[in-house]
Amino acid sequence: MTDSTNVTDNVPSSATDERLLTTDGVPLKQKLAQTTRRMRMRAFMLTVPLVLFLVISFVVPIGQMLFRSVHNTAGTDVAPNFAAAIQKWNGEGLPSEEVFELFAKDIMASQKRREIGKTPGKLGTRVNYEFPGSLSLIKSAARKFKKIKEGPYKEAILKQNKKWANPTLWRTLKRVTRDYSPSFYYAALDLKYDPDENLVAADKIYQIYVSNFWKTLRLSAIITFLCFLLAFPVSYLLSTLPLATSNLLMILVLLPFWTSLLVRTTAWIAILQSKGIINNILVFIGIISDENRVQLIYNQTGTIFAMVHILLPFMILPLYSVMKTIPPSYMRAARSMGATPFTAFRRVYFPQTLPGIAAGTLLVFILAIGYYITPALVGGADGILISNLIANHIQKTLNWSLGAALGTILLVTVMVLYWIYNKLVGIDKLSFG
Amino acid sequence: MKLTKILASSILGAGLLIGATSANAGDITVVSWGGAYTKSQIEAYHKPWIAKTGNGIKSEDYSGGIAEIKAQVEAGNVTWDLVDVELSDAVRACDDGLLEVIDHATLPDGADGKPASEDFMKGTLHECAVANIVWSTIFAYDKSKIADGPTTVADFFDLKKYPGKRGLRKGAKPNLEFALIADGVAAKDVYSVLETPEGVDRAFAKLSSIKDSVVWWEAGAQPPQLLADGEVVMTTAYNGRIFNAVANEDKPFEIVWDGQVWDLDLWVIPKGAKNKDLALDFLKFSTATEQLAKQASYISYGPARMSSAPLVGKFHNKDIDMGPQMPTAPNNLTNAVQNNFEFWADNADQLNERFSAWLASN
Repeated sequence: MTDSTNVTDNVPSSATDERLLTTDGVPLKQKLAQTTRRMRMRAFMLTVPLVLFLVISFVVPIGQMLFRSVHNTAGTDVAPNFAAAIQKWNGEGLPSEEVFELFAKDIMASQKRREIGKTPGKLGTRVNYEFPGSLSLIKSAARKFKKIKEGPYKEAILKQNKKWANPTLWRTLKRVTRDYSPSFYYAALDLKYDPDENLVAADKIYQIYVSNFWKTLRLSAIITFLCFLLAFPVSYLLSTLPLATSNLLMILVLLPFWTSLLVRTTAWIAILQSKGIINNILVFIGIISDENRVQLIYNQTGTIFAMVHILLPFMILPLYSVMKTIPPSYMRAARSMGATPFTAFRRVYFPQTLPGIAAGTLLVFILAIGYYITPALVGGADGILISNLIANHIQKTLNWSLGAALGTILLVTVMVLYWIYNKLVGIDKLSFG
Repeated sequence: MKLTKILASSILGAGLLIGATSANAGDITVVSWGGAYTKSQIEAYHKPWIAKTGNGIKSEDYSGGIAEIKAQVEAGNVTWDLVDVELSDAVRACDDGLLEVIDHATLPDGADGKPASEDFMKGTLHECAVANIVWSTIFAYDKSKIADGPTTVADFFDLKKYPGKRGLRKGAKPNLEFALIADGVAAKDVYSVLETPEGVDRAFAKLSSIKDSVVWWEAGAQPPQLLADGEVVMTTAYNGRIFNAVANEDKPFEIVWDGQVWDLDLWVIPKGAKNKDLALDFLKFSTATEQLAKQASYISYGPARMSSAPLVGKFHNKDIDMGPQMPTAPNNLTNAVQNNFEFWADNADQLNERFSAWLASN
């Protein structure tokens, strides 16, 4: 209907009132709009499988995972009534008899139900993150509370274990039984609550995450820079050599790229280890003694070596494809006008490779910052990156919320860096060839 | 319309493919740690059971932990029927309600007629889990390289007497126990000392004394490799892995049992397993006296049943007496600690964080 009014509005006043109609009596313009819309719909339908695939396999699971960093229902799942009641407690001394009673009853009910993910152990694990030692306390409580036949519950619970008399434990319980909390982000930033509920830096001996974030950024920057240094001459060579030779060289670049990541990483172990090829050669020619072999692997050096090698093609390929498009005549023109080879390179050639450098650096840096398998294998004690800590929380400690918080921080860091990069370089200037 | 047909048929095709790859009815999926260990289970448990019942077994490997069990149970799509797990994981998964409860009264009696509850060693039967073997973390050295080898944990920490690199597992457990025993704490007091902050400081201080000489390993297959490559002069390891290198690859390795930290492997059934009854039948069959003893002829892990011990003989294809190779052999238990799962359940998160921070510091 609106279409037809539009048509009337748009028809120049000089035209007759009569509209152009198709054979079935619909205004032509409306019919045209209908047809294009249908065609657009059909084109969109073709992308539906991909969109659905991305949403189901990418957006939803990642979103859900990240959501866990603020959302943890261990408290309300295990002890719903207690979780509600303790929020009203003002945090001074110990909670009232009523709260203790709800606690005992909720724990006993949960123990009896044995529902997946809603057992007392679940709450114990959650509390244990912030109050070590409370897991076994809550688990033994789940077994022992049965003995309490009638009130007053507070007295009976305190009698079972003197640890229950610690107000800090109850304040922790109050905090962790909220469904939404930023506490996993605090943990990911090496912060904790002191007994008076103030947010303070964790003890030095427990701080690992912030320093590891910095290390990840630093190592990624070093790796990106080394990749650039190595890739630039190679790409230049590739783009200027005759086709037959450059194709052969290209295969040499791509061959490792096609080889399994694990094989390449393991090859580095064979080369770099202290009884490995490099050390053996150095000992053989007498540069170092047999006792003082160089530790090249299972540390940051190992991570850098292996990752530079593995990420190198991601720098070479964009550089090569950009250099390929720079006509050699430009350099010749510069030279003919009196520029020295260095000036010609600096003022004419290099600026034209910037889009390729920008693309390569971005690609390598972002891949490096989230790299997992290589540092896990050759990183040893201090060559591991933040993704190894995330994997540890997802696979081993099962503290998915902390893993998700670390992952979110990593994701946000990458997005911020991308934004800065866009401001500095301009994303539209990137060229992958 | 052609498009919809293509789409429909490809979806149908994909569905059929997925259907075809899932196991047949009557097959159970048994998950274990792979390598020489799974092989010993296949020889001692799987093959006789398949021959007896006519059912099939699909054997899968994993690398421990309960992340996968948790994911399967919480998603309501349990494809594993029986899983071989460590004690601390069995307890934790059971507490989280991820496992089926197992009635111990239905387990077969021992060969000597004792009921299962008396035949299994103390602490090897759990509400949701039945132990099959006792394994241990020991330390080992290459005797072709050290003539007068170390005999105590204190020697492991003595860089003057035995210069060279050491291999240790990258994690707090059981390095803290080792460090305390080396520092003179009696095996029985290890956990009561570790309960105190001073005890933890003491363990870390002892570890710091050799920190610069340590190569850290993560997977069980690494330590024998580190020893064979000469990367380290001695390393902690799982005793079965060292035995395997000695028996099957003729490596000149020697195990030092002083200060060993022993632990259990147990069968568990994830809650909602599709073939629960068959899995339970296999569990009962495989933990019977005879099967446990038979497994010990393939790998040097001790049977969890006491009635299996007298039946343990020689290695399956070599003239090696298996009895003295067991972590449970009396001579090996003189200064030994049982891993305290409750201590680690409470403190693993905190101590591992401290361990990571300690590793990263100088």
